Amino acid sequence: MKISNLDIRKLWVPGSLLVILGLMSTLTLYASIYTVILITSILMYINLTVSWVIFSAPTRYISLAPAAFFGIGIYTSASLGTELPLVLVILIGALLSSCLALLIGALTLRLRGIYFTVFTFGLVELIKHLLLWYEIKFTGTRGRFVILVDNNTIYHTMLIILVVLLITAYLIRRSKYGLALWSIGEFEDAAAHSGVNVNALKTITFAVSASFMGATGAIMATRWTYVDPYIAFKAFYSFMVVLMAAFGGMGQLYGPVVGAAIFAYLEEVLITKFPYYYMLAFGLILLIVILFIPDGLAGVIDNWQEKRKGKQHANP
Amino acid sequence: MFVTFLEIVIAGLLLGGLYALIAMGLSLQYGVARILNISHGEFIMLGALTTWTLQGSLGINPLLALAVCGPLAFILGFILHRTLFRYLLSSSETSDIFEANSMLASFGLFFVIQNLALIAWGPEIRGYSYLAFPVNIGGALFGANRLVTAGFAIVIGVAFYLFLARTRMGKAIRAAAQDPTTAGLMGVNINHVLALCFGFGAALASIAGMLISMVYPVHGVMGLEYTVIAIIVVVLGGLGSILGSFIGGFLLGIIGSIVTYIDPGLSLVAYYLIFTILLLVRPTGIMGK
Amino acid sequence: MPILEGEGITKYFGGLAAVSNVDFSVDRGELVGLIGPNGAGKTTLFNLISGALVPKSGTIKFNRETITGLKPHRICRKGVARTFQSVKVFPEMPVFANVLLGSTFGRSTTPSATDAEGESAGLLAFVGLLDVIEEPAKSLTLANRKRLELARALATKPQLLLLDEMMAGLNPTEVSEVMELVVMIRFMGITIFMIEHVMKAIMNICDRIMVLHHGEKIAEGTPSEIANSKAVIEAYLGE
Repeated sequence: MKISNLDIRKLWVPGSLLVILGLMSTLTLYASIYTVILITSILMYINLTVSWVIFSAPTRYISLAPAAFFGIGIYTSASLGTELPLVLVILIGALLSSCLALLIGALTLRLRGIYFTVFTFGLVELIKHLLLWYEIKFTGTRGRFVILVDNNTIYHTMLIILVVLLITAYLIRRSKYGLALWSIGEFEDAAAHSGVNVNALKTITFAVSASFMGATGAIMATRWTYVDPYIAFKAFYSFMVVLMAAFGGMGQLYGPVVGAAIFAYLEEVLITKFPYYYMLAFGLILLIVILFIPDGLAGVIDNWQEKRKGKQHANP
Repeated sequence: MFVTFLEIVIAGLLLGGLYALIAMGLSLQYGVARILNISHGEFIMLGALTTWTLQGSLGINPLLALAVCGPLAFILGFILHRTLFRYLLSSSETSDIFEANSMLASFGLFFVIQNLALIAWGPEIRGYSYLAFPVNIGGALFGANRLVTAGFAIVIGVAFYLFLARTRMGKAIRAAAQDPTTAGLMGVNINHVLALCFGFGAALASIAGMLISMVYPVHGVMGLEYTVIAIIVVVLGGLGSILGSFIGGFLLGIIGSIVTYIDPGLSLVAYYLIFTILLLVRPTGIMGK
Repeated sequence: MPILEGEGITKYFGGLAAVSNVDFSVDRGELVGLIGPNGAGKTTLFNLISGALVPKSGTIKFNRETITGLKPHRICRKGVARTFQSVKVFPEMPVFANVLLGSTFGRSTTPSATDAEGESAGLLAFVGLLDVIEEPAKSLTLANRKRLELARALATKPQLLLLDEMMAGLNPTEVSEVMELVVMIRFMGITIFMIEHVMKAIMNICDRIMVLHHGEKIAEGTPSEIANSKAVIEAYLGE
């Protein structure tokens, strides 16, 4: 038999992924505008969360900067959107975010992880203050108007970013650099003594992660007609990323995707009716996850699968 | 010229006193309990809004609100540690894992507290007027509330520092910060001390919030900026050094006052510049090892 | 020909001198022991050699080339490998991946994936861990984790191997087995500098022994010289 059972099982995952990809790329043809907009928001959060996981999951350096990189992307779009084509704007947004990440990485990643975390934590406030000051002083007005792009284009762009991101994440994980990143998270000095250039690897990976967040911000901005520093730079985005990654679990790649999808959907549904209550609930959920489900959903599933395998092996 | 100088100095002392209080609070929580409390600013906000409510609806003198805010925040902080953080302490395998988890948990707490406040008080910016009459010192005019606030901040800061340096409990706290295991062996009830520190930290934040409300407008989302400033001061003073936070607070306050004089709106940027230079040159801070 | 030289090495922690004006020299092919009471500065000296710490003063040379102040990964690629007192194998990663990291990143030139994998398997066979090759490192016994760390260090193709208390926590059988491995590694041409408390190991296999006390070198010589040295005996008794 040419097509054995084993072959079909190996094709299961990539096969179903292709089907999903096919369905998603044609979404605009058969779904309502509301659905497209909803799924665009979900994709946005998936992008931010998976980008975050690329760096923070293996190295265990907790970045609280997603909101900052996302905001930079948004502001790039708002500033340059009227003058440059969309593709260029997105690339510049990604580039600016990764440049900032390189600077931060060079400065803080050679120190203990706590310095990195607190430095990234304050970035959102810093950039917001800087932009407010700049706008008041030099442009006289607060905020900018963004060019309008139609929802289908936004959706497709977000989907493309997601696909590139997932491929990147998968390749990194499978490569020797993925191995090196995990070793940094477990025993950084042992990794360094085994020949891994830890500072360079951390900084570059952080920059890669940031670039996707910047790109996502750049395309997302076109959905809002008006942005100002308060709208673009919200600590809430960093919080959502951490919540989604923690809930979904960071051990596997599907964890953050599932976590992001769930909370992105919940936010869309709850934001109009219960503006502060849903944030409150999310905060409580993060507490519960940290306390009782530290490995997240993927971790729980992994453990359950291990137990099943264990039982199978136990039976003679 | 001299008047300007005096203005800057007194504004610097005001800012510095507030910064010293909030930084000492955070330093207690991180230096002793090893919890990087990202929700620290929310306790400041709670103190500020509670004072506003007390003086508004009950006509209570803000300075007396201290007697309410401080203890309430202390109890809240103490309970949070005894429940939430104590559980994390026992379930975390290494201290690094505990630091990461407790920081993430405080991130969750940040959103819980902030949104509870927004539900309770709404998002509007509040303020009140108390002791707003001018006082003439050496030709310069200062709001009496600013002078009182600066004075209170300094007095409370020094009092707390003396508490740490001279009393038995203070010494127990410092011992626990230096070497928890040995302190435990010497008869210090470590868990108790950790919870106390977290409570004290919250209390200092709340008192600072009360003082802030006397001088500045307050609203539900004011906390984040103060948390960031507290973190910068703690790093400036040296992670784990409470005296360092005290000194660093005044240092940053004076710098903030000067920068505000030159160009208001750039103070946080200036603080971050100092933060960056610090990490480049001396990450261990002024008093760090 | 000295493969490793140190001159005037000094390191302070706060006000305390952990290592004070230490000179040392290890010739190619030697097996040198480093002993001393607890807190003598032995691991600190290794940290200074491997690049984990930077000395306050003094120079360290490897193959006549100054390596003071270089980052650990650079020193590793030049040919210096080490093990750690607390056995830092990567717990969640499988045994094979632990060694693969060393063979992929630690060599002076990057090998192909197949070469790296082949070498890793070979080294695991050498230390006797082939049957647990897929297990996560955390599930290994202490002795096996030490073997694993040794394999990872060897995977970087070192000329000089720094062993930090390899025998600590092992029972007598395990100590003999590790000693055999060390001797075999020595015959492979690798120079070995080892910190040890287990005297049987040191006295039997070392060509030369260096003794540190309170951060200073107090004696150096053959095992029998050291065993009879008054200074050394006093240092240990005074402990």
